[in-house]
Amino acid sequence: MEAPAIVTHDLVRRFDDLTAVDHVSLKIQKGELFGLLGPNGAGKTTIVKILTTLIKPTAGSATVWGYDILKDQDMIRAHIGVVFQDPSVDNKLTGRENLDFHARMYGLDRATRERRVEEVLKLVELSDKADILLGKYSGGMQRRLEIARGLMHHPNVLFLDEPTLGLDAQTRRHIWSYIKEMNESEHVTIILTTHYMEEADFLCDRVAIIDHGRIIVCDHPGVLKSMVRSEELPDPSLEDVFLHFTGREIRDEEGNEGQHARKIMRHWRMKRR
Amino acid sequence: MNLINPQAIYTLWLREMLRFLRMKSRVIGALGMPFFFLAFLSVGFRNTSFSTTSIDYTSFLTPGIIGMTLLFSSTFTGISVLWDKEFGFLKEIMVTPVSRISILLGRIAGGATTAIMEALIILFAAVVIGFNLRGIYGDSSVEGMVSGVILAFIFMVLIATTFISLGVSFASLMEDMEGYSLVMNFVIFPLFFLSGALFPIDNLPSSVRFLAFLDPLTYGVDGLRGCLIGESELSIFIDLLALIVSSLIMLAFGSYLFKHTEVD
Repeated sequence: MEAPAIVTHDLVRRFDDLTAVDHVSLKIQKGELFGLLGPNGAGKTTIVKILTTLIKPTAGSATVWGYDILKDQDMIRAHIGVVFQDPSVDNKLTGRENLDFHARMYGLDRATRERRVEEVLKLVELSDKADILLGKYSGGMQRRLEIARGLMHHPNVLFLDEPTLGLDAQTRRHIWSYIKEMNESEHVTIILTTHYMEEADFLCDRVAIIDHGRIIVCDHPGVLKSMVRSEELPDPSLEDVFLHFTGREIRDEEGNEGQHARKIMRHWRMKRR
Repeated sequence: MNLINPQAIYTLWLREMLRFLRMKSRVIGALGMPFFFLAFLSVGFRNTSFSTTSIDYTSFLTPGIIGMTLLFSSTFTGISVLWDKEFGFLKEIMVTPVSRISILLGRIAGGATTAIMEALIILFAAVVIGFNLRGIYGDSSVEGMVSGVILAFIFMVLIATTFISLGVSFASLMEDMEGYSLVMNFVIFPLFFLSGALFPIDNLPSSVRFLAFLDPLTYGVDGLRGCLIGESELSIFIDLLALIVSSLIMLAFGSYLFKHTEVD
């Protein structure tokens, strides 16, 4: 069998007294569309940040595309694409300039750059908005541009952290079909985090339900559903599975109060800029 | 992966230039303080003379204000890494397969360009309000002026490199912009006052004077004086050597800290 795309062993990450990721061991095969499903603050984003080399784990090890996350960071970075949960664009550049910046940083030559920029703009239907400053984009347009950007350099592994958060139903459907398309026709391995159940159900080959930094179950959505099937619940949805495994208690937003305050400030500044 | 990636450095420089052109108010804002320092101090202290040097105050002050422009603009660019962190763009930069040292060099290239443009505007403004540019030999010969300005440009590059790296070092250690005024008031202003930009460092009490010799800007301002008016306390070559050393040390320090920063 082919080597897996991602392997993690007992990954742990602590922030002061909070254990955001608690002994996570995963194996994701090449070509898989894998979902990380969990309530707010479950540790999904932290796992993505560790696997994309932005932060280091407190303990444990992991490889992405065969490269160690602590030793071969530059090799990993060359093989992955990331669409972050929070905005990560330059508001003072136009859509095209943001994409061009990305392509140049990945070392694409001029001809490839120009072709790819047009291709991905078309894919997310932003060709006519390409020369507008990002600061003037709506939230949905910005999100689509970020997804387009993640694909530009043909990554082997694509991380999508809550890709459809805050988007309307039409745009969400649209993005789902790109994701499926990419996975099927370009064989991109995709790791998707979400807390939208129907999203995970519709897209993912396998999902891991994660809570309090721990993986609770990990299997095909169909298998998970059959695990909670009962007389009162003859036809469970993935949401029933989710509530069954994570309980009904309401979760706080990720992070402590300081982080929350920072988020508000960031939002405010963003508007001002 | 290449440690020095020219395409990435150029890309980061290009981005800085586009932003620079689109934020004209920032440029004008940054020029305000040094310009008013220059204009008001050179008028207010025009009759001042120092025992150690015979030159007029405007001639003495102008290279100092050019050093000040470079100091403030460079440190600001360095610390503005934090803005990229706040707006999330740093994450985009940090997941690309570009070495950290190239990212730092890209920022230095962009920041140095803007800082030096600002410094040259101040130099031009100084000439307009009566600064007597005498060149490296102090005799106003064409040859002395040309070689003086070229050498001054090299000094400017080294000053910018030193202080952008310093700014990036601070940015790597800070979580957000909250500590900015602390750095500004307790690091940048003392560096400015110790550098001899406003008065000869001989006037400082000897207990403080040794600190001036630890300040890279002291050599920068002294070197600029040597290049632009032909009078400096130390030999220009000592100034140049000191700045090369300081920029290398700060570059190493900055890239070490930047490499170990986590982007949350």
